Amino acid sequence: MKIWILRDYSRCVGCRLCEIECSLRHEGLVWPAASRIRIYESVFGFPIPYTCVQCDDYPCVASCPTKALSVAESGAVLVDESSCILCGSCINACPGRIPRIVEGKRAVIICDLCGGNPVCVEACESAGFNALRLVRKPGGEVVKAYLRNPVKASEDLARKLCVF
Amino acid sequence: MFGFWGKLLDIDLSRGVTRVVDVPEEVFKKFIGGRGLATWVLWRELGSRWELIDPLSPENLLLILTGPLTGYYPGIKIVVSGKSPQSNGVVGSTLSSELGVELKSAGYDGLILRGVSRSPVYIYVDDAGVQIRDATPLWGLGGLKLVKELNRLLYEDVRVERGLDTLPSYIYIGPAGENLVRTSVVMSKLAHAAGYGGYGAVMGSKKVKAIVAKGYGPLPKVSDESGFIKLRKEVLSELSNRMRVFRYWGTTEGLWYTGYVTSSEPVRNWTEEWHDVRTFTHEEVERRCWIRNLWSDWGCPTSCMKVSRVFDGARSYVTDGPDYEMGAYLGSNLGVFDAVSMVKLSALADELGLCGIQTGNVLGFAIELFERGYLTEADVGCDLRWGNADCIMKVLHDIAYRQGIGAVLAEGTYRAALKLGERAGTDLLKYAVQVKGVAVGAHGIRSGLDYPQKIAYAGSVQGGDHTSTAGRPLKSTESEAFAAFLDSAVICLFNTVDTKKLVDYLNVVTGWGFSEEDVYMGGARILTVQRVLLLLGGPDVFWDPREHDENPERFYEPLTSGPKKGEAPKREEVRKDLISYYEELGWDELGIPREETLSRLGIEELAREVERIKRRVTPNA
Repeated sequence: MKIWILRDYSRCVGCRLCEIECSLRHEGLVWPAASRIRIYESVFGFPIPYTCVQCDDYPCVASCPTKALSVAESGAVLVDESSCILCGSCINACPGRIPRIVEGKRAVIICDLCGGNPVCVEACESAGFNALRLVRKPGGEVVKAYLRNPVKASEDLARKLCVF
Repeated sequence: MFGFWGKLLDIDLSRGVTRVVDVPEEVFKKFIGGRGLATWVLWRELGSRWELIDPLSPENLLLILTGPLTGYYPGIKIVVSGKSPQSNGVVGSTLSSELGVELKSAGYDGLILRGVSRSPVYIYVDDAGVQIRDATPLWGLGGLKLVKELNRLLYEDVRVERGLDTLPSYIYIGPAGENLVRTSVVMSKLAHAAGYGGYGAVMGSKKVKAIVAKGYGPLPKVSDESGFIKLRKEVLSELSNRMRVFRYWGTTEGLWYTGYVTSSEPVRNWTEEWHDVRTFTHEEVERRCWIRNLWSDWGCPTSCMKVSRVFDGARSYVTDGPDYEMGAYLGSNLGVFDAVSMVKLSALADELGLCGIQTGNVLGFAIELFERGYLTEADVGCDLRWGNADCIMKVLHDIAYRQGIGAVLAEGTYRAALKLGERAGTDLLKYAVQVKGVAVGAHGIRSGLDYPQKIAYAGSVQGGDHTSTAGRPLKSTESEAFAAFLDSAVICLFNTVDTKKLVDYLNVVTGWGFSEEDVYMGGARILTVQRVLLLLGGPDVFWDPREHDENPERFYEPLTSGPKKGEAPKREEVRKDLISYYEELGWDELGIPREETLSRLGIEELAREVERIKRRVTPNA
């Protein structure tokens, strides 16, 4: 079954526990820059969680010249570290520029949904915020709506509440 | 080294030169980090001529430091320090900002800023080093206007070619810091401030508008990885569960609780500490002002903040909770018991870059003088009476720009009391609720229900700082040695757990194998150096332990209302308590560290400074 991480902007408090857990799981270190999910809070008080949305057509996978990217049963994009040549094609193909090349990592990083139990969701839930929730993936490309530039999205949230 | 890099960036603004300074692990083991490290740097660099250094001169240093637990322990604080323009000693002023994590991710434990820039600048730190950039277009701005402009500049720095990155993190000053107001702050995220100490003015004196950092690498490795993962989970779960109520109300709850229940809230310049105004509560602020009920900082499950917004015509005022300190000091302390006016005042203080506590205190003092006839409408330009929020807004503005009466009040309560007292030909210090140049936080000691230690402020090395209060016994969470440890490690006061667990946490990260005893000894070492620099003081004012290790006069007036009406501490008991506290620390009856204490703590070189204090305080001994 394809799963998906639902983001509830109104509940995100900007604590970045998701980022920390993600980097601990994937890198064994506190390394926010290497987290597969990131919080964008360009206007303070209005954080936006931002990570891979698992597009139905997977343009990143299609763009990869070395076939380093594949799609898992969960719907996540998996990176084969040994085939990735850090060319950046997937970043350019992604409508949200979500894959990242991080200094010190030998392959591009993309959310892998932690094999079905994303630790970011778990961290958010156990802290009692529930801004991230695991749901069955909605169909029909609606997920791409979340690709709005998060730096600007934070401003939009603030503007909506007459703050910015 | 585990948990920290042992590297500070030393930026000389006068010469435009930056170097990396290596700090040996031995120094961290003795002074831990954060506040302790600040104290060590300031002592080593400025100690020999401390009394001569004007805190607002290029010779002073501005320090921005993390601690070994920064980024590992839940929550995030950085320590801002230097020679304080309020106390003339060292204050370790804490500020919530992701800058701490960004700095550490960039490979540094902190920054030392020295000298003065010729024109306004902001500092940009990343893995490629330091850039000193022009801040002329930002000078004069505060609040959302500054955030908009600075964001616009920093969007250029957001890397997109290797995937979309986040904005860097930054701290900044408002107009008050630029104008060298002694009650100004170093700010972050619109509503957070390093309040105590007056470091906004130090940053302003160096012509630094903002400090920006962006890190790309991991934090340093920890000593015991599995121990760290396990302990982190435990502490997170404990905090998440414990904070379920605190989280929803934040410290704003204190507006009602600290006043009505514990009789410890400043009301009309501390003429009272109790109120029963049922509209001055967290619920009132929530209903009328909060547009976001939960807001947190990096790695923090406590999430004690909120976002408040109120309108005045087309203009909106935005701030956080406000937290209890801001709310009480810019509300009840000024006779303002209306939530919307209080939020407006708090938001304006944030925009101007003023400390809510220090400025709310000096405003309360000014209103009392006005009511007593020592200040007139001709002095102030409006009717500065209790609760007149419009006039208070005007004076708040005047303080930030040092206009009219604001020029005197901008000196902070202690110095303003000296100046206005001289003008009036009478002692006005009796209305100044401060200790050693630092206004007392919004927690009274008279009722004994909130802060039970009567020496909380009188014995503190940070004066009126309510987050670093003295208390007995020394080896307990009541003592300032514990506060010094928290501010050095660096752990947010609201996120503490059992002391043993905190020490374990320090050990799994650093591998130091500290005992609780070592932690209190470290705290005592930091306090001892802070105490000595505080007593050196100068150049404008000096402290005499016999006169200034004392509560504000007002705290000896019996409470005038509430269930604890009539309560006040007894002078002799305060003195007795102080002397016992000093004894525990190995200080003499004047609170001057004894020689054997210095050797026990491994800071023998401090003897030269102690000699100078003795020559001034007890010249005939």
